[in-house]
Amino acid sequence: MARFGMVIDTKKCVGCQDCVIACKTENDVPDGCSRDWIVTETNGKFPNLNMEIRTERCNHCDNPPCVSCCPTGASHVHDVGNVVLVTHEKCIGCKACHEACPYDARFVNPAGYADKCTFCIHRTEKGEETACQAVCPTHCIYFGDLDDPNSEVSILLNSRKNHKLIPEAGTKPRIFYLT
Amino acid sequence: MNSLSRRRFLKITGFSIGAAAAATSLNGVVKGANKIQDKTGQLPKGIQKIPTTCDICFWQCGAIAYLRDGKLWKIEGNPDDPLSNGRLCPRGTGGIGTVPDTDRLRAPIIRKGERGNEKWVEVTWGEALDYVAAKMKKIKTEYGPESMAMFSHGIGGTFLKHMVKAYGSKNIAAPSFAQCRGPRDVGFELTFGDIVGSPERVDIKNSKCLVLIGSHLGENMHNTQVQEYAHAIENGMTSIVVDPRFSVAAGKAKHYLPIKPGTDTALLLAWMHVIVKEGLYDKEYVTKHGFGFEQFKAHVNQYTPEWAYPITGIEPEQIRESAREMAKHAPATIIHPGRHTTWYGNDTQRLRSVALLNALLGSWGRKGGYYYQTKLDIPAYPYPEYPHSEKSAADNPDGKYPFASSTLSTGLRDATISGNPYPIKGWMVYATNLMQSLPNRDETLKAIQNLDLLVVVDVVGSEIAGYADVVLPESVYLERFDDLNTPMFKEPFVTFRQKVVDSPSDQKPNYWIAKKLGEKLGLKKYFPWNDIEDYLRTRAESAGLDYDELKRTGVAKGVKVPINEEEGAEQVFYTPSGKIEFYSSQLAEAGFDPIPTFEAPDEAPAGYFRLLYGRAPVHTFSKTQSNKLLREQMPENELWVNVNVANRVGLKNGDYIKLKNQDGTISNKIKVKATERIRPEVVYMVHGFGQRSKMMKSTYMKGASDSYLLSKYNTDPLMGGTGLGNNFVTFEWEV
Repeated sequence: MARFGMVIDTKKCVGCQDCVIACKTENDVPDGCSRDWIVTETNGKFPNLNMEIRTERCNHCDNPPCVSCCPTGASHVHDVGNVVLVTHEKCIGCKACHEACPYDARFVNPAGYADKCTFCIHRTEKGEETACQAVCPTHCIYFGDLDDPNSEVSILLNSRKNHKLIPEAGTKPRIFYLT
Repeated sequence: MNSLSRRRFLKITGFSIGAAAAATSLNGVVKGANKIQDKTGQLPKGIQKIPTTCDICFWQCGAIAYLRDGKLWKIEGNPDDPLSNGRLCPRGTGGIGTVPDTDRLRAPIIRKGERGNEKWVEVTWGEALDYVAAKMKKIKTEYGPESMAMFSHGIGGTFLKHMVKAYGSKNIAAPSFAQCRGPRDVGFELTFGDIVGSPERVDIKNSKCLVLIGSHLGENMHNTQVQEYAHAIENGMTSIVVDPRFSVAAGKAKHYLPIKPGTDTALLLAWMHVIVKEGLYDKEYVTKHGFGFEQFKAHVNQYTPEWAYPITGIEPEQIRESAREMAKHAPATIIHPGRHTTWYGNDTQRLRSVALLNALLGSWGRKGGYYYQTKLDIPAYPYPEYPHSEKSAADNPDGKYPFASSTLSTGLRDATISGNPYPIKGWMVYATNLMQSLPNRDETLKAIQNLDLLVVVDVVGSEIAGYADVVLPESVYLERFDDLNTPMFKEPFVTFRQKVVDSPSDQKPNYWIAKKLGEKLGLKKYFPWNDIEDYLRTRAESAGLDYDELKRTGVAKGVKVPINEEEGAEQVFYTPSGKIEFYSSQLAEAGFDPIPTFEAPDEAPAGYFRLLYGRAPVHTFSKTQSNKLLREQMPENELWVNVNVANRVGLKNGDYIKLKNQDGTISNKIKVKATERIRPEVVYMVHGFGQRSKMMKSTYMKGASDSYLLSKYNTDPLMGGTGLGNNFVTFEWEV
């Protein structure tokens, strides 16, 4: 069974926020809320600076604390791609998952449920690209099955230096940043 | 006769500009292949796809709008469109927010009371157009038709410009020349005999080395270029970035040169010195195509990196290393011409230096360098001839700026203020917010006071609309057709804009406004088409295109032709010598430096910082801030201040501060971004914010306007461009 993951090439990303807007229109994300966002990290002293620009979102962790802490089972691991999803009807909006998530990936949808990135499961389970991936003018977002050694994401991870966000939290995130 | 006039002649006679190779056969038009369906050929229930062309900026990407249950849902790039390659930029993706924008103009309005007090009476279209027509007739009778001027931006101005020409005026300008691209296009034309154009003729995709000077690609989202830039990075392209600010592109560069602002020409001259001195230039290319190289070689001998060091602040070794880097990859090296190039008032000579450095490296007409553009040749609509006017345009009397190759917007403003060479009494303003697009707001206001008519056509109540007598609300691009879009590019093609949804209120498309107003002015014969689709069908079919197919697919392509030497294109230079002019006789004859020299920029007064400005990926000028999808990503601009300066003066991230410029102009308050990413003697903000029209409820006074602080401009003596980089600001603490 597939284990969906994402690889983001920070060498190409320009932080333009196209992924953020495309996600909003594709998924009808409410005003003032976002399922993905841009982080720019700068180190050093002018003019000797290093900068990494990243598009971030739910890491769809292999060890998702949002799922284990959910009192109702709303947060769950989907059978396609092991994607972490929320069943809106089961969610009581208690925000336990917000507290548990080290990535601050969740927000409360005005309709009352915990909301976050779905890896565009409505598209990816049909073999289509995620909306953020499909729109990216720099082609810096890659998506695929981490368990398939021949997938584009696996090949990239085997050939390029990369890192994960907050690995020390032990959640085993499935988004990787090429550097 | 200078080369600019020659080029104009070529344009008028219908030759393709550039190379003979760029002429495009109309016979083998390839129809758009995209079937606007998913892989199975079926669309989900309730989903409709309509191809159109984005108009969130001037790039004009082919797009596909999606309707869900009849309502606008999302918009994506059209995969068949060579500009978008199926991917829009963030502004394009957020373009659907233009339709429900709450600050849209809803109905025609006429001013009551003083100009600029923003008190209005809502009227019908008939009343509004009668008012405008009566005033225009009066201007024609009292002063002549030339006394009606027009300012326009973008393809949407096509029909209104046609109406103004039919009325009898050639005083039509776009700020995109004298406030933006002008110096670049003139500098390149003086050197290579051709302009850079839009989209810029740079083959970044195949480039091995990209040099950006003050151009912040990735923050400006010129879609195709950003796509090619990322593609080239993936293929190992190296880059050299020259900028007083550590831009996004600087973060990806091999060499970052944190230059003192205003000294770029000194760096360019030193680079050319190194490349000539070390024999790194393309000798065969220069010998074959160059004119006046020996004089040039002798001239650049003085500009050592040691000479440039105290001027630019860039270490001699860094100048040498970066010069060698660009030579190593030549001719697949691009010294990018940038786009907004009106910086210090001597900009044409700076851009000529950029052109000459490219010439040394042999990148013009070469793969990975500058390509020969091609264009799908679609004949103009067969209109009757425009009326002849004895008067020449009012913007550049006596050819004061001998190399101005387009009408000068600021020249029309000068004529409106002075009445010379003849009075300008009416302005029609289409889709350009002159309060932000022209420098020195006081001069714009002074000019407005001399007008008998100021009519603004726009989608939102922009600041210039606030000063209008009549404001005509236009349909946004997703609600209208427009003229066929046939840019000069790597391959010949046309994109089609069509209506996707109805306008929500009483807005009308530009062509409707132009036709109705034209008819009221007695210009019916200039609008022989019944509706826009008649017009579009006539044009498309006159080029042998299947109109219905074009409407269905949104894109049609012509046959590719060679665009560089490697593909078999012939090098052609429409200069007086027929070669690349390292030495320009026409500049010498006109009393200018035939080979560029360095001129120092104005110095900052004590305690002042030089004000720099630029672009953000989610906004276009001051046009998009009221679009909720885009505003949410960037609701206000920030003032970039070097972190050490901020600490010294007691400013921290998130503080709000006002700015005062050298002339005492005070800005709105702006949020401080204290950062390592900028030189200490400059501050920076994104252009387009700090809007002061009360009609713009969602953006009113959000952030600060660079334009309001640009009261000083240094005019380029070659072509009349307004250099805006010599304005200085100090912090104005809130009382």
